Amino acid sequence: MDLIQISPAQNATGKKYWRSLNELSGTRGFTDWVENEFPGGSEILDPGSRRTMLKLMAASFGLAGLVACRRPEMKIIPVSKSAEDVIPGKPALYASAFVNRGVANGIQVEVHDGRPTKVEGNPMHPNSQGAASALAQASVLSVYDPDRARTVHEGATASNWAAFDKAAASLVEGFGAGGGLRILSERTSSPTLLSVKGELLKKYPEAKWAEYDSLDGGHAIAAAEMVFGQRLQPVYHFDKADVIVSLDDDFMGEDAASIEATKQFSKKRKVSKPGEPMNRLYLVESRFSITGAMADHRLRIKSGEVLQFASDLAVEVGAKTALKVLKPGDATQKWLTAVARDLKANAGKCLVTAGPMQSAQVHALAFLINQSLGNIGSTLTFSKAIFEPAQSIGELAKEMGAGTVKTLVILGGNPAYTAPVDLGFGELIAKVPASIYLGAEMDETAAVAKWHLPMAHAMEAWGDARSTDGSATVLQPQIAPLYDGRSAIEIAAQLLDGKAKKSFAVVQGYWKSVSSAADAERIWRKGVHDGVMPGSAYSEVKVAFNAKAIPEVAAASLAGTELVFLSSNLGDGRYANNAWLQEVPESMTKLTWDNVAHISPKMARELKVETGGLVKITLGSRSLEIPALVTPGQAEGSVALQLGYGRTKVGRVGEGVGVNVGLLRTSEGWAFAQGASLVATSGSRELAITQEHHSMREPDMPGRPGELRPVVREGSLEEYKKQPRFAPEVDHAEEMFDLQGGHDYSKGYQWGMAIDLNLCIGCNACLVACNAENNIPVVGRDQIRRGREMHWIRLDRYYTGTEEDPQAVMQPLNCQQCEAAPCENVCPVAATVHSPEGLNDMAYNRCVGTRYCANNCPYKVRRFNYIDWHKNITPVGEMVHNPDVTVRMRGVMEKCTYCVQRIQEKRIAAKADPAGRRLIRDGEILTACQQTCPADAITFGNINDPASAVAKAKAEPRDYTLLKEINTKPRTSFLARLRNPNPELKA
Amino acid sequence: MPQIFPKKLDFFTRLSGAVIIMAAMSGVGLAYYVFSPDVLETGYTPVQPVPYSHKLHAGNLGMDCYYCHTTVEKAAHAAVPPTETCMNCHSKVKEKSALLAPIRESYETGKAVPWVNVHVLPDYVYFNHQSHVTVGVSCVSCHGRVDQMVEVKQVQPLNMAWCLECHRNPAPNLRPVQYVTKLDWKPEGDPAEYGKQVIAAKGINPPQNCSGCHR
Repeated sequence: MDLIQISPAQNATGKKYWRSLNELSGTRGFTDWVENEFPGGSEILDPGSRRTMLKLMAASFGLAGLVACRRPEMKIIPVSKSAEDVIPGKPALYASAFVNRGVANGIQVEVHDGRPTKVEGNPMHPNSQGAASALAQASVLSVYDPDRARTVHEGATASNWAAFDKAAASLVEGFGAGGGLRILSERTSSPTLLSVKGELLKKYPEAKWAEYDSLDGGHAIAAAEMVFGQRLQPVYHFDKADVIVSLDDDFMGEDAASIEATKQFSKKRKVSKPGEPMNRLYLVESRFSITGAMADHRLRIKSGEVLQFASDLAVEVGAKTALKVLKPGDATQKWLTAVARDLKANAGKCLVTAGPMQSAQVHALAFLINQSLGNIGSTLTFSKAIFEPAQSIGELAKEMGAGTVKTLVILGGNPAYTAPVDLGFGELIAKVPASIYLGAEMDETAAVAKWHLPMAHAMEAWGDARSTDGSATVLQPQIAPLYDGRSAIEIAAQLLDGKAKKSFAVVQGYWKSVSSAADAERIWRKGVHDGVMPGSAYSEVKVAFNAKAIPEVAAASLAGTELVFLSSNLGDGRYANNAWLQEVPESMTKLTWDNVAHISPKMARELKVETGGLVKITLGSRSLEIPALVTPGQAEGSVALQLGYGRTKVGRVGEGVGVNVGLLRTSEGWAFAQGASLVATSGSRELAITQEHHSMREPDMPGRPGELRPVVREGSLEEYKKQPRFAPEVDHAEEMFDLQGGHDYSKGYQWGMAIDLNLCIGCNACLVACNAENNIPVVGRDQIRRGREMHWIRLDRYYTGTEEDPQAVMQPLNCQQCEAAPCENVCPVAATVHSPEGLNDMAYNRCVGTRYCANNCPYKVRRFNYIDWHKNITPVGEMVHNPDVTVRMRGVMEKCTYCVQRIQEKRIAAKADPAGRRLIRDGEILTACQQTCPADAITFGNINDPASAVAKAKAEPRDYTLLKEINTKPRTSFLARLRNPNPELKA
Repeated sequence: MPQIFPKKLDFFTRLSGAVIIMAAMSGVGLAYYVFSPDVLETGYTPVQPVPYSHKLHAGNLGMDCYYCHTTVEKAAHAAVPPTETCMNCHSKVKEKSALLAPIRESYETGKAVPWVNVHVLPDYVYFNHQSHVTVGVSCVSCHGRVDQMVEVKQVQPLNMAWCLECHRNPAPNLRPVQYVTKLDWKPEGDPAEYGKQVIAAKGINPPQNCSGCHR
């Protein structure tokens, strides 16, 4: 084998991932790694290192060289002066918030020796109640993104803050009344930033503050203004609603407040005993969302038809009479009637919601229906809007085009990429004489702005934000800015007098100014500590409804194909350089590292296109080519396109991944556009879809095709009442011969897990939490196509029903921790063995990589390190690692451990409790997936303790284990999925 | 065809074969011995940036281990003290000593003193001081008589077999928690007998499974 042949300098193309294999190598391409994986069984060596290796070998054979065999000398670096309450090696938790499109999600950030490593939900926060989303979990990776902007740029040349401060001071002098000053911010609820905004507009009365959010048009507040005459925030109470009708509202998925909604929804979804009630969810939507997967009844219609549906529903429930009911077809009419009847039967305890991409008119109709059913005040309340009115990006663009804008300050958001394409926003920015862009990355907007300022990460600066009910959270920084960034609050405050500001002074100053002087310090400290400012929640506003304000619904023209623009794992593109989010399989399609046009199976047949085949989409004068993905459940004549991909300037991970569908998105067709046409073109792209990997299907036998074993079990609420043990009864009842046997698991702690499939919404939060907690590497697109993804949790999505209109069930699958584990029998080196507490332990250092265990695992949950994924990680990249978990090397098998590091931590804490040695309490150990789960679907604990939550869950009649017939006795069990269909709609 | 080699050469062939095998085996045995932690790790005595004497401080002056290693009963790491701790005394005692120059410099500049790590465990081993010290395993069990060491030296191999010895039979290494840092403490009577009483009283059951130490 010629080592020169595989020199790393060989190939400069291909993708790079900063958490993983190609981190900062700058040269090595993805495919190289694959081709070189087992070149004659050799290590990949630098050409120069062969000699070094021989030298080392020679040295190790001579006794004189023994010194070289010791580990290298290591240093202990204590601090010079100790800080109070800091114990080296012990993590601390700081309350903060993850701000998703202006809405706060209360979190706690785990900080290990000064570096944030993990996000946990904040149990003290009234809205998140201990849960965190996948985006929040992944935000910690972005702190260490080496592609973040590091210096101030003036044009294309690197500058510094001193130069900017000087330029800003002279700019501020010339503002006058602010006639030429425009500020474009992301949508913000930050009380401090909004107060700075108020001061700015007072000082510069002719200046304007614009806001833009690429995924929410602010239609809910606009609708409230329409019907109530004041800007109000709808606050949904899913936990009080027995019947929910969602009008294209993916409230548990893409919605900014999804955590809160999911928490509330699952409270009404939880069924502990047969006969207990459960809520019923109807959903009307065009693409199959995860909320759609939870729905008991889902109606596929075009997004453009939702307005008509909302109007019809309003008539059907008797909310309005003015318009005659249009009959879009019998099936829909039957659906509509049944839904309306169900709503009326549950008046006062039902809820109708509308999606953020639907117009204000739809929202207003939803409010109207709620009003007429008496829901306002019970399941739907209104409080002061957390967002303030601002200039729209369209108006701003008009002014910029007219040349009246002299100074444009952009506070984050990358509008050159996210703004509607017809505005030509990038070119408009270039025309403004002084444009200042505060952005985290050297992105599309940075390329056209005069000044580009590096933006501090939310974990690097003080800030604040509100949740939908108004409760405010102060964001605490966990680390000093790694790349010398500043926050939006700092830059906005700098515009007041031209002097640089510190976020701490501004944020604390605001909060002390709004509380009484005597109490200010106490309130500030308590608020920062708890993660919610005392008394900051808005109170309910009593409303008077003006139904006349809702415009009549005009029949819309729905000719041609509809294009629907959606959020993705990458948000609106802002997380494009976050490798965890790129690699998380999209909940419904299991697609990674790409975006596609979701088309229905029928449309695929018509277009003669298969998954991966390219289609050319034309909308007006614009067109683009994108791979198609045949998606069951997609509405006919509607194509879903996910935003956030096809970034041209973002960094190593996200650049050039997917297609920028924003190029078809105009101001008019911002949420969805009609009249598009699709044609299949000749090309195709092999997509990295994980849905067929690690299948638990039986292999085909001669003369008998393999079947999917009954791994997912579901029944209706009625069936559960009649036959409570419908799920475990699927299994054969006979006594089975025990191959291993002999272990006594009746004493001490015996760890087990129960996952309630009726609650799991498939949001991926657990998967990303597991990534962060267990140092799981990112492998990249090509390796995923080879089935080498490393996620310890596989979120299986099973469809049931017809290809066109199926239902879906989510099943998170981690290591089942079998008591009679088949993997253990076949390990030749005893690297995977059982612990007395029923854990299937994995000793990485013993593993020699035979992969027999993975072969023998019936659940396919073991993951093998084919490559040293961490090889080229930078010192900064290493900082995200959890020091309590070993970073695995190449050739080692790994899998879920039930977060054994957390078990041990709590065990030691219980033993060393200053109050005396005690047992671990139930609920004290939370696995990473369980902690973050917004649906509370996962319970974990000691199954030997009958009072524990997990023992109680396992005692429920719905509880079943997977593949019971092979007698592996898994410690993880599942509670069968339930549905609550409307008897009227049973076909 | 005549034989090329005489028959008696067989004996020498076999003999040399045997010699080679024996040499190889003794080579393996020797390598096994010299590469074992007993030889490689035990006795490691690196030179420290400041010639701090544990014998003087902990032995002669009788300072308690806890005075400097404050986190040993609270955390996994027995933290090396911040420079501040040294200066508690050395701002008054030997305040001009040339040997203490790095300490004063560290105190003034805020830069750390780069102490050399003596007892190093591999990254995949999660040893926890808290769980040992709070149950009555003394410092001396792993670190030896540090109070008699001028320069700290590794006295135990710290390999897995050595760890497991105690995890299988912790009795000889247990003592009342208040005497954990009293390195010369001896129980009255048989230490193993005493240890057995502690095990029974506290329900001590050290883990012997992989995830006890490897995560």
